Amino acid sequence: MSKILVIAEHLEGKLNSATARVVSAAVATGAQAIDVLVLSDAPDAIAAEAASIEGVSRVLTVTRTQNAHLLAATAAPQIARAAEGYSHVFGPSTTTGKDLMPRVAALLGVAQVSDVMTVEGPHTFTRPIYAGNAIITVEAPADQTVVATIRPASWSAAASGDNAAPVEALDLDVELPTHTRFVELKQAKSDRPDLQSASRVISGGRGVGSKENFDIIFRLAEKMHAAVGASRAAVDAGYVPNDMQVGQTGKIIAPELYMAFGISGAIQHLTGIKDAGTIVAINKDADAPIFEIADIGLVGDLFKVIPEIEAALG
Amino acid sequence: MKILVGYKRVVDYNVRVQVKPDGSGVALDGVKMSANPFDDIALEEALRLREKGVAEEVVIVGIGPADLTAHLRNGLAMGANRAIHVTTDTAPQPLTAARVFLKLVEKESPDLVILGKQAIDDDANQTGQMLAALWGRPQATFASELAVEGGKATVTREVDAGLETIEAELPAVVTTDLRLNEPRFIKLPDIMKAKSKPIDTVELDSLSVEDGNHLKTTQYAPPPKREKGVMVEDAAALVAALRQKGLL
Ligand SMILES: Cc1cc2nc3c(=O)[nH]c(=O)nc-3n(C[C@H](O)[C@H](O)[C@H](O)COP(=O)(O)OP(=O)(O)OC[C@H]3O[C@@H](n4cnc5c(N)ncnc54)[C@H](O)[C@@H]3O)c2cc1C
Ligand SMILES: Nc1ncnc2c1ncn2[C@@H]1O[C@H](COP(=O)(O)O)[C@@H](O)[C@H]1O
Repeated sequence: MSKILVIAEHLEGKLNSATARVVSAAVATGAQAIDVLVLSDAPDAIAAEAASIEGVSRVLTVTRTQNAHLLAATAAPQIARAAEGYSHVFGPSTTTGKDLMPRVAALLGVAQVSDVMTVEGPHTFTRPIYAGNAIITVEAPADQTVVATIRPASWSAAASGDNAAPVEALDLDVELPTHTRFVELKQAKSDRPDLQSASRVISGGRGVGSKENFDIIFRLAEKMHAAVGASRAAVDAGYVPNDMQVGQTGKIIAPELYMAFGISGAIQHLTGIKDAGTIVAINKDADAPIFEIADIGLVGDLFKVIPEIEAALG
Repeated sequence: MKILVGYKRVVDYNVRVQVKPDGSGVALDGVKMSANPFDDIALEEALRLREKGVAEEVVIVGIGPADLTAHLRNGLAMGANRAIHVTTDTAPQPLTAARVFLKLVEKESPDLVILGKQAIDDDANQTGQMLAALWGRPQATFASELAVEGGKATVTREVDAGLETIEAELPAVVTTDLRLNEPRFIKLPDIMKAKSKPIDTVELDSLSVEDGNHLKTTQYAPPPKREKGVMVEDAAALVAALRQKGLL
């Protein structure tokens, strides 16, 4: 029977919504116990949030000043120690999880299954390769700890509220390296919904043309209570910051509604939006590849179409 | 200082890879192969550090079959001093690749290892992190800026929340993100020059690396297809369609 350790992701004292999605994947393995591990300098509020997620058996906290800003170099040895007795260690395939989990796997001397889309059995998973052009079924050895990152866009969040799992402090006697130091985190603060969990996303590409022009995208997003995304070309050109990039090497998202303005539809971009409920594309080129996967397409100039959409919204 | 760079050969990023009808693999016969885009960025960054006088030697590493030589010549033409070709007919999974890199690190004692953040064939995003763990050294993944000075690397990382900066004492492992730099093009005369640069060939089997190919792929499937949608005439029709779907 499997016993799963889920690594909580959090920032500024709040649990990231990806954690509840990882719990869903853990539940899908038929686990007999699912424990959430919180590494922090002040874990209480985060632990309380984690304890309320349906399916969680226990929340384990490790309180250390070195955990104020999680670094893979210091978090991995703690997780590797905490993993003793568990059959699986799961984290989200966010940038935090992608940075951290392979370091854990290597310390345990095992392989990692990246970006789990579905669980076919306790040791059998599907995952994407070649920018999502192929989905493979992989089997991890049954006699080793399974370390995996869970692709948040493929999983809905486990419900939260009624559960009240016990919270226990864990005292790990692990020496931590000092060779890696956190300096700063520059966050692009905004009041807009979070790109990775928003139900509506409005994205702009190179067709938007400039940083100033991007205001038209932000304005529509505000009107529609949507998060804002972008193609790599728009980020590279400096129209918007990197945390807005959607795609193979940016964020993989699954909103109910995705609207792409002035994005051609390169395979690397489409990988990031394939799980969206409804894809809308507005492009002035009728042959743009994005129309091949769009549920609703409109050939037109975005600078003309957006004001018209705003007018039609009322 | 010496920099070791991962230089993997993968299916070119413009190729739309197809799964074979029987689900036994992907069709790779005759498709265009190129350097992993993130590895081109890794090599470019190493070359810039050499041009700035921070590094003296840039060594590229390819782990793969015998015919990898032409690919490694491209990296030499781009400017690497020499190449190490670890030969194997089995595609190494990240844990194996990391163990191979560790062997080379022990032999070469580099101050910096720069790898791509992910290889665009397996999309694993693991090797650099695993190498750093096995080596017991810092890792700075998803780098969009790298400065090396006074025995440490200051690295800006592209993370979901924005841009994170960390400091890592050398030796360390850095993995590259897209915006770190724009790789240079290879010039014709350099292709000629590269012919005389050394490529060391080592058999993977001779390195006594413990096999890390633990994962077994049992099936390949094409991704679920999205139905082709409808085209609408104007913004009013678009908004009406969204209302009808209950999305507004
Ligand atoms: C290793 C690798 C990883 C990558 N990862 C990503 C990734 O994660 N995300 C990503 O997005 N890309 C990624 N890319 C880049 C990708 O290949 C494309 O280059 C990129 O997505 C193109 O962005 P775009 O569609 O905005 O620009 P373009 O391809 O230039 O398209 C612009 C579109 O705008 C349209 N247009 C122009 N003006 C207007 C107007 N006024 N009104 C309406 N339409 C207009 C044009 O018709 C055109 O179709 C990656 C590439 C590589 C090699
Ligand atoms: N066979 C290989 N040859 C050379 N470098 C490799 C190989 N496998 C992995 N790497 C390096 O590790 C990085 C990450 O690969 P991966 O973990 O497979 O996504 C690549 O961008 C390369 O720099």
